[in-house]
Amino acid sequence: MPTRRTFLKDSGRLTIAFCLLGALPAAAEAPAADDPRPGSLQDNPRLNAWLEVLADGRVRVLTGKLELGQGITTAVAQMAAEELNTPLRQVEVLLAETGRTPDERYTAGSASIEQSALSVRWAAAAARQQLVQLAANRLRVPAAQLVLADGTVRTADGRRQLTFAELLGGRQLTGEVPLDTRLKPKSEYQVVGQPRPRADIERMVRAEPVYVQDLRLPGMVHARVLHPPGPGARLQPGFDAEALRRAVPGVLQVVVDGSFVAVIADSEWAAIRAYDWAKPRLRWAAGPALPAGKPLAEVLRSLPAQTEEVARQGAVDGAPAAGEKTFRATYFKPYLMHGSIGPSCALALFDKDQLHLWTHSQGVYPLRASVAKLLGLPEDRVHAKGVPGAGCYGHNGADDVAAEAALLARALPGRPVRLQWMRDDEHRHEPYGSAMLFDLQARLDARGRLTHWHMELWSDTHSSRPAGQPDKLLPAQLLARPVAYQRNELSGGTSRNSEPLYQIPNLLIRTHSVQGPLRVSALRSLGAFGNVFALESGVDELAQLAGQDPYEFRLAHLTDERARAVIKEVRRLTQRVHPGPHEGLGLAFAQYKNKAAYLAVVARVYVEPEQRVPHVRQLWAAIDAGEVINPDGLRNQTEGGLIQAASWTLLEQVRFDEQQVRCHDWETYPIYRFDEAPRVEVSILNRPDQPPLGAGEAAQGPTAAAIASAVQRACGVRVRELPIRPEKLAPPITET
Amino acid sequence: MLLDALREQLHLTGTKKGCDHGQCGACTVHIDGQSALSCLTLAVMSEGRAITTIEGLARGEELHPVQEAFVKHDAFQCGYCTPGQIMAATALVQDRQQRSAAEIREAMSGNLCRCAAYANIIAAIQEAQRA
Repeated sequence: MPTRRTFLKDSGRLTIAFCLLGALPAAAEAPAADDPRPGSLQDNPRLNAWLEVLADGRVRVLTGKLELGQGITTAVAQMAAEELNTPLRQVEVLLAETGRTPDERYTAGSASIEQSALSVRWAAAAARQQLVQLAANRLRVPAAQLVLADGTVRTADGRRQLTFAELLGGRQLTGEVPLDTRLKPKSEYQVVGQPRPRADIERMVRAEPVYVQDLRLPGMVHARVLHPPGPGARLQPGFDAEALRRAVPGVLQVVVDGSFVAVIADSEWAAIRAYDWAKPRLRWAAGPALPAGKPLAEVLRSLPAQTEEVARQGAVDGAPAAGEKTFRATYFKPYLMHGSIGPSCALALFDKDQLHLWTHSQGVYPLRASVAKLLGLPEDRVHAKGVPGAGCYGHNGADDVAAEAALLARALPGRPVRLQWMRDDEHRHEPYGSAMLFDLQARLDARGRLTHWHMELWSDTHSSRPAGQPDKLLPAQLLARPVAYQRNELSGGTSRNSEPLYQIPNLLIRTHSVQGPLRVSALRSLGAFGNVFALESGVDELAQLAGQDPYEFRLAHLTDERARAVIKEVRRLTQRVHPGPHEGLGLAFAQYKNKAAYLAVVARVYVEPEQRVPHVRQLWAAIDAGEVINPDGLRNQTEGGLIQAASWTLLEQVRFDEQQVRCHDWETYPIYRFDEAPRVEVSILNRPDQPPLGAGEAAQGPTAAAIASAVQRACGVRVRELPIRPEKLAPPITET
Repeated sequence: MLLDALREQLHLTGTKKGCDHGQCGACTVHIDGQSALSCLTLAVMSEGRAITTIEGLARGEELHPVQEAFVKHDAFQCGYCTPGQIMAATALVQDRQQRSAAEIREAMSGNLCRCAAYANIIAAIQEAQRA
């Protein structure tokens, strides 16, 4: 090693080349405090892990992240183009692939820019220095007198020059990216910070094959899985697979392994017909009854819990002093769905003891390890290539469908098996965002300052990604020899944004981790959506209790200047907005993860006076994501986040009965359509002198709280339990 | 179904499979110039009729004005719903009527976008109907 070989060379639409890079990066160590390089680069410090110079002078960037619609492809290309003074079109990007790109674990947590794009910036800067030095040696000219641009290094007078290809002579740049790499001064930037249409866009409007759902391999067959109707349901004997083969022409194989049932057919249409034929004929024994019919909030509170302290300072107990006001409230958010428009899909090929996977998983390396363990294969026998899928918004069915496809490929070696979930599978079997419950107790002093903040919150985990183990993969528990589910010890993501950024002397925040009735994992912003909804709703109610303006109340408790700036900016944006009859404005603020992008939002909501239907008319947001790499990308992510969060807030809730989830399509789980989507306006506070901050999830939490506060101002009812449905907006009973 | 025939037999994968129930619009095509959901249309019923998919919209290098407008207004994120959005929008603007934003919202309400790029899609359609 390293060995390079080509794979499926003439497979029609795709040519896939990959090499095995040798030793895997060491297990993630704590980043060294004095190492200025991004964490992903510290884990993968070799220059050529990130960047290759091609023979024709073009540059290939390798990122361990996958394109999820967040625009990472364009952002990393911009970084390389900038540092190497090369036109953007001369840069190509290779996305996550085991054995080929750096191992960056998951494309998640709004970290693509902070980690991958910054690593590429460093690698490209190191490449520039190496190329200039190579030219200096060859031309016998001091490096300082050379100019690198457009794929060449030339003398300042332009008389002598060498192309990258001439400099490298077929070799690649080598060595580690040094700690003292000199990055290009930001004052000289031409590409970064400029709005750039994403490179993938023209392919998208032409609908060229971009997605894993569109991949077609020679000899490919199609599969569907018949999932159990509900959690824990077990297949009963008596299913006649032979009858299915006779009834539906084109069925190649019926796979029944415990409660894992699937059909493989020679066409997708035949696979769907087999699925439709088999579905009503399978008999299932129901699993343990789901706690339907009881308020989910009370269910969460009653479950056995593991309690952790998130923050404590001062003392939250003790009797209130004279003039102090105590405020108590309980907030709730239900289970939410990722709801990708494209049902999850994967291709798998078992060829000569090697398993190849094409997947829209957010983490090809962890998926490789998980699938290898599920199938009992050595890790190096599994190759996973990331191919974009439809927007996922977190950990959806991508890993599960890949594991299922792998099981089916093993059952039919030598044929690429394409498995796509049906809409019903996606709605019922993706891991949801956990329901959460919040008990808040807070206190104001006589001057209306917050003195006490005590939050107790209940939630299931917000992260059950496969992470290299087989048990979190959906089929693992269905097989005849199941893999026992190992509950995560840590309450991953639950406490995200539970700690107020406001200055409050006495503080206690505790999480109670429970195992709820439904399968859950990471959904865009993890616990931050619920936490910020509860926190900012509470702050808004406390401002009202203190008789203060919502802007001034927040500003009075905030010392972080960047936090104050986004709040003032959204006030400026809306200063001429006057709510009409039955309308209200609501404000909310958060800094995502308390360390990423700052965002303040104002919602304008109209509540129909008779039917009590709330309509979000407009959302204004101010965002500070540090240095802006691509303003268009940032604006697009923020606008989409605002509207998606409004949809979560007003419409969405995963419902279930005792046996199964009742939401199985877009009628039973409605989301915002064009006619309901609010208008949005986003103001970006660019901070070129600050590091770029993850922004893709910043809008989720604040939007919910801003809408709830606007609803309260529009109709007088404070809804503390999401979603905000008309039946919760009955006029308050006034005592006479 | 027409959707499956397009994707499988004709290898036109631009038309997307989303829900198979006519609820999301990802499979929108034109049948005799009118917007239609290919996941609800029987392939045999389409015999002898003119079907246009997203692949048939551009003239070689030259994008259709609606496609141009989508690029200009960054009217997507993940892009999966985009072919359906573009086909629905193209059918909408062909009568050359100038629709208000509210009318566009109403007319496009059959096409879901989970990334919620709605604002930019509306801007793109407004631009395209002026073209």
